[in-house]
Amino acid sequence: MEDMYTEKAKEHFFHPRNVGEIKDADGFGKVGNPVCGDVMAIYIKVKDNKIIDIKFKTYGCLAAIATSSILTEMVKGKTLEEALKITRDDVANELGGLPAIKMHCSNLAADALHEAIKDYRNKQKK
Amino acid sequence: MKKVYMDYAATTPVDDEILEEMMPFFRKYYGNASSIHSFGREAFEAVENARVQVADLLSSDAEEIIFTSGGTESDNLALKGIAYLNKEKRDTKGYNIITSEIEHPAVLETCIHLKKQGFKVKFLPVDKYGLIKTSDLEDAISKDTFLVTIMFANNEIGTIEPIEEIGKITKKYNVLLHTDAVQAIGKISVDVNKLNIDLLTISSHKIYGPKGVGALFVRKGVKLEPLAHGGGHEKGLRSSTLNTPGIVGLGKACELGKKRMNKDTVHMKNLRDNLIKNVLKIEESYLNGHPEKRLVNNTHFRFTAIEGESLNLMLDDKGIAAATGSACSSKKLQASHVLLALGLDPAEAHGSIRLTLGRSSSKEDVEYVSNVLPDIVQNLRNMSPLWNR
Repeated sequence: MEDMYTEKAKEHFFHPRNVGEIKDADGFGKVGNPVCGDVMAIYIKVKDNKIIDIKFKTYGCLAAIATSSILTEMVKGKTLEEALKITRDDVANELGGLPAIKMHCSNLAADALHEAIKDYRNKQKK
Repeated sequence: MKKVYMDYAATTPVDDEILEEMMPFFRKYYGNASSIHSFGREAFEAVENARVQVADLLSSDAEEIIFTSGGTESDNLALKGIAYLNKEKRDTKGYNIITSEIEHPAVLETCIHLKKQGFKVKFLPVDKYGLIKTSDLEDAISKDTFLVTIMFANNEIGTIEPIEEIGKITKKYNVLLHTDAVQAIGKISVDVNKLNIDLLTISSHKIYGPKGVGALFVRKGVKLEPLAHGGGHEKGLRSSTLNTPGIVGLGKACELGKKRMNKDTVHMKNLRDNLIKNVLKIEESYLNGHPEKRLVNNTHFRFTAIEGESLNLMLDDKGIAAATGSACSSKKLQASHVLLALGLDPAEAHGSIRLTLGRSSSKEDVEYVSNVLPDIVQNLRNMSPLWNR
């Protein structure tokens, strides 16, 4: 199974970036289900419409952790509009691809980010 | 980097003594065991000697041993071979075949296949330790039942089933009993006559023999429909030129398995109990399977809030070979059917890992794993949104 992962995916799994929580996060998104074996939580700090800080916590396999990790690198400093354009495929491509079987079940990081941005915008409306 | 193999339930390395025994049969004694000339006779004698060695481990007669390509084929031959001779029973009311929910896929999938062909199959549930209830078995048996197949010991969680009691029940109702003893052989003394077993599956590569060879014990008088037709080898039950080196290896593995069983089991049980003691010190860690009725070499743990494939790969990164029941590492993306049958929910099943010991496992191996594992579990929990301690 491990051989099906790219070196980059493995590198992110063994040395994940931006793990943790942001206590006073501006936006929070959580997707997945422990029954399926993957849960991702994303915390964002937003300033001037840009993501200035992002942290994640992920329960799941190598693909789940590696996609979470690389996503945080991809969006830091991006505007919310740019961040919303990032798709699951973009995340997988950034890792040099994922095993086909993992594309749907474990590649949820982009979804969690979109939830976090939605959460931020909802809070802004109030 | 230090390497620690703790996946002996998956396969074992070939023992030096066994390999040495096999070697001449590749190039020196290469004859076909079916041939009439001296080359053939040399191979034939080696095969028959191996048959005695296998029979000796099971306390059976040599003529009751059929060589196959491994555990999966033996299981298929036993189950389909019996079922296909009982096709007329398919339309009856009661169960034809009774098995358990936690069988190895070689038995489970064969039973599902037979069910699709119209046989009535009962999959007995197990308790939280993985034990079937013999009263459930007795309740399921009817005049339409011709075969019970229950594994001797489970390959994932190591639970040892009550085969002796099962054998008494099948004898009482005059039903055939097959057992997949692939994990039990060499670790538990097996006497097919005392236990009333009619068919029994073994595999060579789990007992330090080569891969690609196994055997099926078939009690004298028990009829089977062959699956492979051809030259009529193995009393017509399994046509195919005999794999002489493999069979010689299996025979030697059985001989050594019997000779070393006492020493091996004391050694592995000691290591196993230490490993369990050490690992259970980790917060919210649990032992899957039965605390006592378990294989001497098997440990199987689950850890709250982490996922088994990640755990497995992090152990691999530290040189430790383990196995997991997590869905993420299976081709079907489903949690282990065995763990779910215990009543664990899928999230609990995902967080499971199997560490199995062998003859060459050492105290140092157990210490190394005991030292490395807590940090890895903690590391994954620090990353997990399900861990809020």
